[in-house]
Amino acid sequence: MAAPSRIRNFAIIAHIDHGKSTLADRLLERTGAISERDMRAQMLDEMDLERERGITIKANAVRLDYVDATGEAYQMNLIDTPGHVDFSYEVSRSLEACEGAVLVVDASQGVEAQTLANAYLAIEGGLEVIPVVNKIDLPAADPDRASEELAGVLGGTADEVIRVSAKTGEGIEDLLEAIVHRLPAPTGDVDAPLRALVFDSFYDTYRGVVSHIRVVDGSIQNRDEVQFLATGLDVTADELGIRRPTIEPIDRLTTGEVGYLITGVKEIDLIRVGDTVTHTGRPTDRALPGYREPKPMVFSGLFPTDGDDFERLREALDKLRLNDSSLVYQAETSRALGFGFRVGFLGLLHMEIVRERLEREYDLDLVATAPSVAYRANLASGEQVPVRSPQDLPDSAALASIEEPFVKVMIITPSTFIGTVMELVQQRRGEMGEMTYLSPERAELHYRMPLAEIVFDFFDQLKSRTRGYASLDYEPDDYQVSDLVRVNILLNGVPVDAFSTIVHRDKAYTYGKAMVSRLRELIPRQLFDVPVQAAIGTRIISRETIKAKRKDVTAKCYGGDITRKRKLLERQKEGKRRMKMVGQVEVPPEAFVAALKLDM
Amino acid sequence: MNVRPDAAALADEAGSWRSAYLHVPFCARRCPYCDFAVVAAGEPGSGDTGRYVDALIAEIRFEDAPFPLDAVNFGGGTPTRLEPEDLSRILAALDDRFGTGDDSEISIEANPEDWSPGYGAALHTAGFDRVSFGVQSFDPEVLAYLGRAHTPLQAERAVLDARTSGFSTINIDVIFGSPVETRESWEATVDRTLALEPEHLSAYALTVEGGTTLSRAVNAGADAPDPDTQADRYEYLADRARDAGLVRYEISNWAKPGHACRYNLSTWNMGEYVAFGTGAHDHRRGVRSRNVRRIDAYLSRVEHAERPRSGHEHLTPCERERERFMVGLRLAAGVATGTIGEAFLASPDGLRLVDAGVIASSNGRVVVLRPLLTDLVARSVLSVPTDDC
Repeated sequence: MAAPSRIRNFAIIAHIDHGKSTLADRLLERTGAISERDMRAQMLDEMDLERERGITIKANAVRLDYVDATGEAYQMNLIDTPGHVDFSYEVSRSLEACEGAVLVVDASQGVEAQTLANAYLAIEGGLEVIPVVNKIDLPAADPDRASEELAGVLGGTADEVIRVSAKTGEGIEDLLEAIVHRLPAPTGDVDAPLRALVFDSFYDTYRGVVSHIRVVDGSIQNRDEVQFLATGLDVTADELGIRRPTIEPIDRLTTGEVGYLITGVKEIDLIRVGDTVTHTGRPTDRALPGYREPKPMVFSGLFPTDGDDFERLREALDKLRLNDSSLVYQAETSRALGFGFRVGFLGLLHMEIVRERLEREYDLDLVATAPSVAYRANLASGEQVPVRSPQDLPDSAALASIEEPFVKVMIITPSTFIGTVMELVQQRRGEMGEMTYLSPERAELHYRMPLAEIVFDFFDQLKSRTRGYASLDYEPDDYQVSDLVRVNILLNGVPVDAFSTIVHRDKAYTYGKAMVSRLRELIPRQLFDVPVQAAIGTRIISRETIKAKRKDVTAKCYGGDITRKRKLLERQKEGKRRMKMVGQVEVPPEAFVAALKLDM
Repeated sequence: MNVRPDAAALADEAGSWRSAYLHVPFCARRCPYCDFAVVAAGEPGSGDTGRYVDALIAEIRFEDAPFPLDAVNFGGGTPTRLEPEDLSRILAALDDRFGTGDDSEISIEANPEDWSPGYGAALHTAGFDRVSFGVQSFDPEVLAYLGRAHTPLQAERAVLDARTSGFSTINIDVIFGSPVETRESWEATVDRTLALEPEHLSAYALTVEGGTTLSRAVNAGADAPDPDTQADRYEYLADRARDAGLVRYEISNWAKPGHACRYNLSTWNMGEYVAFGTGAHDHRRGVRSRNVRRIDAYLSRVEHAERPRSGHEHLTPCERERERFMVGLRLAAGVATGTIGEAFLASPDGLRLVDAGVIASSNGRVVVLRPLLTDLVARSVLSVPTDDC
């Protein structure tokens, strides 16, 4: 237990691959939290998925003990933050628990749009920011330029920027000293009634809900009777603890400290991120300001390949939601795909991660439909109805107009690619806003464009057209009426709801043609000719035919072949199992997201 | 008695036949599409024909539970790389240990270029009554693509000579659908094949097997066989063969009444067979075993009086049932429905396939009406959940 003046709570903000995890590992190692020998690479990235993708999804908190150059001891709490644009909500939650942030930029890459967006979040949240240039050991590093950029963006001077190499350990002492001396100590009243903020929580199969809390006022002790203000839940604090990064139960968390709280509660919705914990016997009368509710930006249908798995899918979503309050879903029925859920996500990466977790951790085989954004339909009657799925779109007779969500987009790109970026954004209906030069070589471009245009592989296109150099961030703007139509796809003459998409009228023909041709490639040949058509209303705008399969047999089968042949067929059967029957047609799961990979 | 090759009764009877397979791995060269256990001239072991014959005979003598043989088949490789005296010694050893009857089928695969009038006569005297020629094509360009050493003329001469020598059943093997084949060249091959009036015809679509020279070429960008073209070629042949009085009794096999291959029919109907030689597979009492593929390992094991097995597989009743159905589907007579077939016919896939005219069910059998879609049917069968599997 430390006096608030000896506590420093901070987060590391960095772009993917700019070395956040390595830097965190180095801090852990220097403060003796882990020995080099025991260090599992990139300690804080807990889930396999995170490690594979090299990004951090879940916030996590680790306590470090540090004795500064003058011999004073400090308690540091490193709060982990995700680094991807989809997770700015999670970033905001983590930042609420901190007084300061370490902003890391790769010395060879410079400032990226997402880093900047997160840095602005930190500054707006009143956090002190320490700019750091990492990877100074790299041959391609240009720490001077990166420092200038950072200073320019943050409004400081280049000599305030700390230069480190997380890989070699160079500069780590400087950083630790800066954390202690440049970041403010937590303020708070040790004697006031308990107020602690739930900034993260996850579900553990054995322990139930585990919450990460930051004590703002007062203190909390094991066996205390506590109340969660928003839900009114009264429970006993079963276990308090910290991570170092191994789990270490402790008796007490006091003002300014960060740790975990286990109450034995198993119900998913009783402990909400953003809630305030106080004592049942001596409650606070001031709840901590709640977090903003995350708004799903992208919707997709998730359907089990095997209809019997619907309930398992529901349970899996319920469990994921505990860790991820940004996940929203409601049951949906598709003529083509049966029973499933329409799920709302923060963005495309979020969508991909959720789907992979459902498949991997809950052993589900899923078909995901192409993502769409949340439209609004204005009816002739004057009523407005939400359109989360193309099927929700009312008949054109009843429809006055359709509104779509717009976003403000910030793109940082090397100056040489400005023309390329402009061209791409124009194709995607973007309206140019300001452009500023961060340095002669790099520019920050602002646009306003429909979210739907970003959902369809905009990020991939941006990356590939700028050889990976441009970075992107966006935030929701307003809704606006657009000339939108629904393109239906017919398979074997029957409209397939899961394939229909809402697009801008000017793009409908190109979209229909590209989609039909893509589906012809993706759907295997069947027992009969299968026409694939795109239509707006009853008007067919494109058509191709998947020719009937004529030969599917091994010519020769002799005695010695039989075992091998049986095994081959058993293996091929697995491919067949993945197929979804749509009417009389076998459709592979990839076809349902074909729209994402269109060349148009 | 001239039983139709596609008679259901014949297929059922064949399940009780027992046979022997003898593998002769030696070849003059390795054909680019071949993935069998072969030793081409110049490769290690290619000079060991004498040792190999002795080893085959020794392996036959290991047998401790012999049964009388309804059919014997020498395959390869190229069995006709061996001298008639050697083949005769092997047959004698088989007869000695197992016993072969007067009406047992004794068959050998032959390459036309190895054949001479004297050679054929000697084989017939040794007891062979069926010969299967690897003719493959009558188009020199196709033969060159397939890496075959003989000329069209050699193939015709060999067939005519075999007839003169007294073989009662002559099979011609052809391969269709290679990328260099044209429609005209295939039609000419069919013409010349049928003009020879074979009692039996095997026609295989060229298949790219993994690990072959052909598969490496295709992976490197060479043309692959086109399945639609192969379907065209197959359909053309099927019509012509039928007009010539040949009855299709398996996907790729046709015969005149009374000339169905007993060895093949038996293996397709879960009959038992013993097998000798490198890479040979046998099937007895619900166990499938296989021999080592390498000739040096095979020779050394047999010469040390060891069975040259490399592995075996005990079939569960469920696996047996699946195999029975999967292989039986290949037959024109179809396969007895059984539990797996009942479940399949009642499944959505089964109903669709009946509707689409791909399969039919009658007299307790399931028959594939479009043989070129047999694997598609088999996968549908295997995908049906059944209670005991």
